Amino acid sequence: MAHTLAVTTPTDLEPDVLPANVVRGYWQSVAYRLRHDPVTLFFGMVILLIILAAIFAPWIAPYDPYKESVIARLKPFGWRGHLIGTDELGRDLLTRIIYGGRISLFMGLAPVAVATVVGGALGILAGFGGRRVNTVIMRTMDVFYAFPSVLLAVAISGAMGGGIANGMIALSMVFTPALCRISETATAQVRNLDFIEAARASGAGTFTILRFHVLGNVLGPIFIYASSLVSVSILLASGLSFLGLGVKPPEPDWGLMLSTLRQSIYVNPWICAMPGAAIFITSICFNLVSDGIRAAMDVRM
Amino acid sequence: MLVLILRRLAYAAPIALGVSLVCFSLVYLAPGDPLQAVMPADVTPDMVEMIRHEYGFDKPIPVQYALWLWRAVQGDFGLSIGSRRPVIVDVLGSLQNTLLLTSFAVPIAFVIGYTLGAIAGCFPGRWLDRTVTGFAVMGVSVPNYWLGIVMVIAFAVELSWLPATGMGPRGSDAFSIFSLGDLRYLVMPVFTLSMVPVGIIARSTRAAVAEIRGQDFVITLRAKGLSETAVIRHVLKNALPQVLAVMGLQFGYLMGGSILIETVFTWPGSGFLLAKAIINRDIPVLQGAILLLSLVFVATNLVVDLLQSAIDPRIRRA
Repeated sequence: MAHTLAVTTPTDLEPDVLPANVVRGYWQSVAYRLRHDPVTLFFGMVILLIILAAIFAPWIAPYDPYKESVIARLKPFGWRGHLIGTDELGRDLLTRIIYGGRISLFMGLAPVAVATVVGGALGILAGFGGRRVNTVIMRTMDVFYAFPSVLLAVAISGAMGGGIANGMIALSMVFTPALCRISETATAQVRNLDFIEAARASGAGTFTILRFHVLGNVLGPIFIYASSLVSVSILLASGLSFLGLGVKPPEPDWGLMLSTLRQSIYVNPWICAMPGAAIFITSICFNLVSDGIRAAMDVRM
Repeated sequence: MLVLILRRLAYAAPIALGVSLVCFSLVYLAPGDPLQAVMPADVTPDMVEMIRHEYGFDKPIPVQYALWLWRAVQGDFGLSIGSRRPVIVDVLGSLQNTLLLTSFAVPIAFVIGYTLGAIAGCFPGRWLDRTVTGFAVMGVSVPNYWLGIVMVIAFAVELSWLPATGMGPRGSDAFSIFSLGDLRYLVMPVFTLSMVPVGIIARSTRAAVAEIRGQDFVITLRAKGLSETAVIRHVLKNALPQVLAVMGLQFGYLMGGSILIETVFTWPGSGFLLAKAIINRDIPVLQGAILLLSLVFVATNLVVDLLQSAIDPRIRRA
């Protein structure tokens, strides 16, 4: 896949196809397609803004995220400079949502990154390591695949007693099997191709073959799949905090805020829905960008 | 067909065994002495030793697993720390309530998702397709527990049309789907739960319909002079097995994944039981509920697989 050159003929003159008579490398053509995909670009920018807001929270956020106030509890939108109101302890909600992005985004991205590395490596090992290694790895993955993802995440982090670290371990374990399968399939597809044979004949060792000939072909499918998992991971991670398995109060986290504000829906209903809107928007953005990346990277399309 | 059933069973059996091993090891993931995790706080040391011996916790771990599995097969997961009832009674009772939710949510999701996906697939690239696709992305991206809260705010708090939580004043045992008053309690949880499957089913229907519309036999149908409606009927029929398989898998996912929705609506199902078990650190319930729910998932996958092979002979050969 990574070695494919995108060559277009003058006959396909659709807007998202390369201009006629231009020959480019694979990554160049991917970048070209992404640059000409306004939807993906727009939502990519939104993600960038959300990430930047989380990183620079101390400079952007209007208030102190931990500063409580008895008189300012559950105030409506725009009350005394609190743009989207205050939470059940009188803390500025906008500030806490901006700060909450730190943990929520981290919990969305980190488990996917861990699972990509672990699952990808295990998959290559299974695809290249012979029959016995393959059976051991893939049958183990099948077992973890046999759990609905929410259930596995809740089971592992619940049994381990919750917390950010345990939640991360649990989510990484949820995503590893799928990534391992994809990596194994991609490895098995190239394993017996002629260019691998040629590399071996010219004296390349197993490591060299894996590094230069297999990895390049496996990374693409893994990356596409991993990008689609980020939104799932954000939803699951917020779900774990919502159940009380994530961070402990008073740390700001979207799932946890949603869970604590839920007690107050009869006092100031729409304020309580705000942290969830942050989760929803972030998750939609990651989903659409992942769709865009998939379309741009898939040479068959 | 019989050979196929046996082969698929032979494949599912070791997976089920592996699932049980994972559930068993949950006790060891818990920090501290595993026995402490399954015991009430107020027991005497003598009692702990006696139970340690009785339950085989002083034996090597493989033997413990065998013992646990043997009891689990007979339906004995021990006593719940919270309710002091046998775990199996609590789990099966709550499983019924979850089944009630999913058996409404999945068919509804199928009807809506299939219709939307078929419309989108018939007009690829047009505004109808874009609208449906956008709606489907929202469906799969929405944190459904948040959607549940928003629904409660809108329909229970602001409009007072529907009850916010629970299964009604008569409790879960007296709940009847033939009572209009009881059905009102179902509306919001079912709608919320069906949102994600609607998105997923619409997406896969759209993909299947778009793919099948490009196949040769469709050209043949058109060449035969069939009307567009008749052609679409053929296409939709061909897309059905694929989509039914997706629907079957969603059923399994919802059975195991309704924990957040049930927490939002305090629906006394298996997810709610699980959430309570986590808060109370009730490891026997955790183990029992997770084992049964994942076995339901494994069994659903098996049934879906077999049904698909029964409908579509092409899959049987693979």
